[in-house]
Amino acid sequence: MSELTMREAARKPDALAPGHRLCAGCDETIIVRMVLKATRGPIIVTSATGCLEVSTTIFPYTAWNVPWIHVAFENAAANASGIEAAWRAMRRKGSGPLAKYETLDVVAFAGDGGTYDIGLQALSGALERGHDFTYVLLDNEAYMNTGIQRSGGTPFAASTTTSPAGRVIPGKREWKKPIDEIVIAHEIPYVATLSAAWPIDVMRKARKAFEATGPAFLHAIVPCSRGWRYPEEKTIEVSRLAVQTCFFPLYECRLEKGRPIYELSAGSAAVAKRPESKKPVVEYLEIQGRFRHLFRPERREDLIKNIQDWVDNRWEMLLEKVG
Amino acid sequence: MKGQILMGLNGDEASAYATKQVNPDVVAAYPITPQTIIVERFSEYVADGEVETEFVAVESEHSALSSCVAAAAAGARAFTATAANGLALMWEITYIASSLRLPIVMAVANRALSGPINIHNDHSDSMGARDSGWIQIYCENSQEVYDASIAAWRIGEHPDVQLPVMVCLDGFTLSHTMENVLTLPDEAVRTFVGERKFIRVRGQSGETELRLNPEAPLTFGPLDLQDYYFEHKMQQVDAMEQALVAIPEVDAEYAKVSGREYGFIHPYMMEDAEVAVMGLGSTMGTVRHVVDQLREEGVKAGLLKLRVFRPFPSKELVKMVGDLPILGVLDKSASFGAPGGPLYEEVKTAFYDEAERPLIAGYIHGLGGRDTSPDLIRGVFESLLGVYERGEVRDKVSYVGVRQ
Repeated sequence: MSELTMREAARKPDALAPGHRLCAGCDETIIVRMVLKATRGPIIVTSATGCLEVSTTIFPYTAWNVPWIHVAFENAAANASGIEAAWRAMRRKGSGPLAKYETLDVVAFAGDGGTYDIGLQALSGALERGHDFTYVLLDNEAYMNTGIQRSGGTPFAASTTTSPAGRVIPGKREWKKPIDEIVIAHEIPYVATLSAAWPIDVMRKARKAFEATGPAFLHAIVPCSRGWRYPEEKTIEVSRLAVQTCFFPLYECRLEKGRPIYELSAGSAAVAKRPESKKPVVEYLEIQGRFRHLFRPERREDLIKNIQDWVDNRWEMLLEKVG
Repeated sequence: MKGQILMGLNGDEASAYATKQVNPDVVAAYPITPQTIIVERFSEYVADGEVETEFVAVESEHSALSSCVAAAAAGARAFTATAANGLALMWEITYIASSLRLPIVMAVANRALSGPINIHNDHSDSMGARDSGWIQIYCENSQEVYDASIAAWRIGEHPDVQLPVMVCLDGFTLSHTMENVLTLPDEAVRTFVGERKFIRVRGQSGETELRLNPEAPLTFGPLDLQDYYFEHKMQQVDAMEQALVAIPEVDAEYAKVSGREYGFIHPYMMEDAEVAVMGLGSTMGTVRHVVDQLREEGVKAGLLKLRVFRPFPSKELVKMVGDLPILGVLDKSASFGAPGGPLYEEVKTAFYDEAERPLIAGYIHGLGGRDTSPDLIRGVFESLLGVYERGEVRDKVSYVGVRQ
C-alpha cells in the first residue's frame, strides 16, 4: 500500500450511504466518507454516542455499508482497543473469523464531547497502550446531539446553551482545550488536522493514519450549521475560513526517532508561505451566529482582540514547532 | 474422569487457571481487590507464552468491559474480572453487553460496594447488577469457581442464550483461600469449550453470522426507539428463559467430562427436613457444617444452596422445597427501603402462587465482610425453629451479626 490515488478513492464505494438523518449541510458525513475512502482493505468502525451515531442508525435502518458498532459515549477508544486486540489474537492463533486479514483498519469516530471531555480517559489509555487504530475526532465544538452545550472543545466567547451569551457573561469564558498537543504528548506515530475544504488533504492524511503502525489521531474541524448558526450551504466556506484565519491550522505531526516532527499542510502551508494572506479572525467570527454578541448590539473589540491574540499566539507556537 | 490433576488454588487462581485453559482471544481487565490475583496470574500466563490471548491492560473497568464488548462483537472470546466499585464503574456497559447479546465471561470477586469503602465480601456489587441481563452463577468453593469458569462459556454461547455470564466468588473467603481443586487436562477443556460459534441473523446484506464481519457488514448498537426497543428487550427476556433450559444441558455435558454434577440448586439433607436455610456462595459451607451439628442433636435441618441466581429457577425451587414448613433465606446484601434482601424477595415471589408454601423469613448477614460464624447460623436456625413453634413469622427480615 502507498499514498492514496484519486482513482482509487473515486472507485471505492462510500462506506456511509445517503438517506441518513444528519442535518443538511452537516460536515460530519463529508469527513467520514472521505476518511473511509482512504482505508486499505477490511475495516471495522466504532462510533461514540453522538449526532453521527443517532442519525445514521435508527433501527431498523442503517447508513453503514461497513461493520460498525456503537457501545456508549465515553468509550470509542476502548472499543477500538478491543477490536484491534481481537484481530491481533486471532492472527496469532491463526484461527477465528478475523485471522485471515493481513491488515484491519480499525476506525473510531467521536465528537468533541466524546474526546475532549467524557472520552479523554479511554482515549489516553488506548494511545498509551499503542493499539493500531485510527481515532477521528469530529470536532463541531459543542454537544450538538443534546442541543448545543459547551464542551472542552468549544472556543472562547462562543454562545452555547450552557454558556449562553448573557447580559453579564459573553459566552464561554474558557479557551479551547489543546487536544492535539495532549494527544501528541502521548508520542503516537501520527497526528493530523483536517478540514473538508481540502478534501485531497483529508484523504491523504487518512491513508497515512491507516498506514501508521500504532495509534493515529485525526482531528477534523466540523462546522455545524445548527450550532454555529450559519446558513447550511456555507459549511465548506466556514471550514476554509477556519484554516485561512489560522483559527484551525492544518498540519501533521509524525514521530521520528522519538521526536515529534511537525509539518504544515494545505491551506496552512500556503499561509506560512505568504503570511500576508492570513485573514483576520473577525472574518471567521462574523459569519457565525454563535459569535453574534461580539458584533451586536455593540462591537466588542476587546473580546475580538482577545481571540485574535489567542489565534496569533497559537499560530506562532505552531510555526516554531514546524521550524 | 481420569487425567484430572489435584491442584492447590485459591478462588482467584482457579478462575485464572480455568481461563488459561480456555485460552480466550481477549482479556481486558483492571486490578481491584480482591479480584487482582486473577489478572496477575493471567498476566503471568501471557508473559510466559502459555496462552495466545491478547491481554489489554486497560485504564479502567469501564474500558475493560467496553473492550470486551467490542472484541466479542468482532467474534472474539472475551473475558474480564472485577469486583465492587469496578463493577459499579462498568454498570453502564453491563446492560449494553447483554443487550448486544455478547457471551462475555466475567469473574466477580464479590466485595462490599462503597461507601464506606471496604474491601471485604458481601454481595452488594453483583446484586446491584442483577437486572443487567447477565447470567449469574454463585460459587461455594474454588472447585465450583474452576468448573463454572469453564462451563460459563458454553452457557453464554449457547445458540438459544447468547448472553454474558458472571461467575461470582466471595472476596477473600474464596478469592484468597487456597483449596484443593481437581483440574481437567488442557485438551479436555479446549474440546469442551470448542470454537466459538455464531448465530445467524438477517442483516443489511442478507442472512449472516452475528459478528462484525468486513465481508457482511452489520450495524451493532443502533438507536432503537419506541417502535422496536421493547421487542428487543423481550428477546432478552426470552434468552433468560432459554438459559433455564440450556444451563442443565451444559451442566450435564460438563458432568460427563469432569464427573462433577451441578444444578441450579444444591439441596443438602432436605428429604425429611423440617427447617432449612437457603443462600448463596461460601456461607453455605458454614450452613452445611451447622446442619450436620443440628442433625446430630436431632433437629431435622437442611439447606438449599442456590447456584444460579439469574435466571432465577423458581420452578426448581418450589419443587425442591416440597412440603418443607419453614425456610430461612440468607442475603449478603441489603436493598435499602425494600421489603427484604434480593434473594428473600425472589424466593417469596416464587412461592406466592403456590397453594402449599413454607413460612419464609429473611436474614441479612455478613455485610462488609462481617464474619458469618457457625454460631450465627445456629442462631438463624433457632430463630426459624421459633417460627415453627409459633406458626407465624413475626420478623419478616432480621439483620444478624450486627450490633444493635
